[in-house]
Amino acid sequence: MSLSIDIRHRLGAFTLDAAFETSGRLTALFGPSGSGKTTLVNLIGGLLRPDAGRIAAEGRVLVDTATSAFVPKHKRRIGYVFQDARLFPHLTVAQNLHYGRFFAPPSERHGDLDGVVDLLGIGHLLDRRPNALSGGEKQRVAMGRALLASPRLILMDEPLASLDDRRKAEIMPYIERLRDETKVPIVYVSHSVAEVARLATEMVVLDAGRVVASGPTAKILQRLDLLPEEEQGESGAILDMRVASRDPAFGMATLASALGEIQVAGLDAEVGSHVRLRIRARDVLVATERPRGLSALNILPGTVLAVGAGDGPFADVQIDCNGQTVTARITRQSSHLLGLAPGLAVFAVVKSVTFDRTNTARAATSRAATNTDGVG
Amino acid sequence: MQSLQWLLDLTPDEWNAVRLSIRVATVAMIFSLPPGILIALLLARGKFWGKSVLNGLVHLPLILPPVVTGYLLLLTFGRRGPAGAFLDQYFGIVFSFRWTGAALACGIMAFPLLVRAIRLSIEAVDRRLEAAAGTLGASPAWVFATITLPLILPGITTGMILCFAKAMGEFGATITFVSNIPGETQTLPSAIYTYTQVPGGDAGALRLTIISIVIAMAALVASEVLARRVGRRIDPA
Repeated sequence: MSLSIDIRHRLGAFTLDAAFETSGRLTALFGPSGSGKTTLVNLIGGLLRPDAGRIAAEGRVLVDTATSAFVPKHKRRIGYVFQDARLFPHLTVAQNLHYGRFFAPPSERHGDLDGVVDLLGIGHLLDRRPNALSGGEKQRVAMGRALLASPRLILMDEPLASLDDRRKAEIMPYIERLRDETKVPIVYVSHSVAEVARLATEMVVLDAGRVVASGPTAKILQRLDLLPEEEQGESGAILDMRVASRDPAFGMATLASALGEIQVAGLDAEVGSHVRLRIRARDVLVATERPRGLSALNILPGTVLAVGAGDGPFADVQIDCNGQTVTARITRQSSHLLGLAPGLAVFAVVKSVTFDRTNTARAATSRAATNTDGVG
Repeated sequence: MQSLQWLLDLTPDEWNAVRLSIRVATVAMIFSLPPGILIALLLARGKFWGKSVLNGLVHLPLILPPVVTGYLLLLTFGRRGPAGAFLDQYFGIVFSFRWTGAALACGIMAFPLLVRAIRLSIEAVDRRLEAAAGTLGASPAWVFATITLPLILPGITTGMILCFAKAMGEFGATITFVSNIPGETQTLPSAIYTYTQVPGGDAGALRLTIISIVIAMAALVASEVLARRVGRRIDPA
């Protein structure tokens, strides 16, 4: 699956002018509110017609103003999970789930009701009406409904935005399963680094209607300066790590990757499984000597790659630890006192307790593993 | 018991009037429904030149004196009227001085009420649901049939009952257009009117009045029950 976009669209005083390509399993459109994320997915889904430009998915042109091509939304076969679920109030959950299936050409139908119901854990809701569902249940049904229409691509417009933190945590594993266990690529709109870091394989950063950056999530999230200020503290290194061992006596787990070993507290994953770890930049200390008599368990030797320069009170230090980059956000004053400069040998120190449910998640299975037949 | 007997002891002409009124009102309601939905859709959703003219035309029977509407119908659909002559010649349909003409007059008089009720319910439909149905592969026609229509069903029910009730009570336009012929165009209101014009007609007028009230109340109750049932399906809260 590949998505290629190059469009210009005006909405009042706002202008969206975006061009990017992605072939990720889950591509996040990331940016502050008003940056044009929803406009962009509405253009992809065919709910809006761009003033100018071209959108193609899987080499199929969905809209091209140069040739006046426009595929209407009901023929695009692009699923859409709205922020407000939009379940049909006059139909039961089961009827909602079946709705799109009816319109999909039989030869292109994939997935079955039982499988999807199982994947999303909505079996006990089938006979209910949408009004009798909680916000989280509604979103799961909406995902199932979109998936059962056998789409070639699923758009999700901040599906967690209207939910509280507990419900969000409840739904994220289902989105991970959707990402890993179905062949349908997902475009996911979000303004939260925590969500993007956990879910996205690729990301596109939007600001004021323009693409600021796009590429693999782990790469983009290292560049704190690309992100809106209020989200910078949430960003940092994204690492896929293997669970090497567990220590039930202390409730600890050891994760391994090229970076070295990292001790994590209270992780609920089996030995040998892969997890995605987010090391928030603000959770990383920098030491110029190996610290001793310190409670923090993770002390990673490395070399300073770059020190973010700026007039603000913070300095973002990129540290190369065995080929993996870890970003540390420290004060400009500390950086000055330590004399940090590229090439300097340092130690990145991370407390084990900073890894909680919000920054450890199951790793996205690689495309090669789940997608051997090349569909999707 | 005796009073009930008195109430049901109708003369053949009175029975005719009751039956005819129900038939006229039913036919008026059924035939005005499809154009009613169409025009309600146009008025609620359409963007076209002359929309306010159409809106005015639809509402005209509500504001004009019924006699004026009846006379206009006579001019247009009468035997020598342009539409009447055409329909008579090519389709053999005659409206003037027939019960079908009464149904036409009632339908037109009730049309604004029907359109208004349906239009309001269309405007209340969450269009985002229709967009969602579109992304699931439903063409605009399917979206209308499977989403819009079920959601406006309460409005349609209300409109139909209003239309039926209005048609049952229509008098001015009907008597102007198709006169007051017992067995052919004499509906309940015309029959009551006739009774009030003859000496000793009080008992008959009262009987038919009570029957009118009963039918109207029954229609109202039916609409409440239907609307509640449909409403429960859409919103169980």
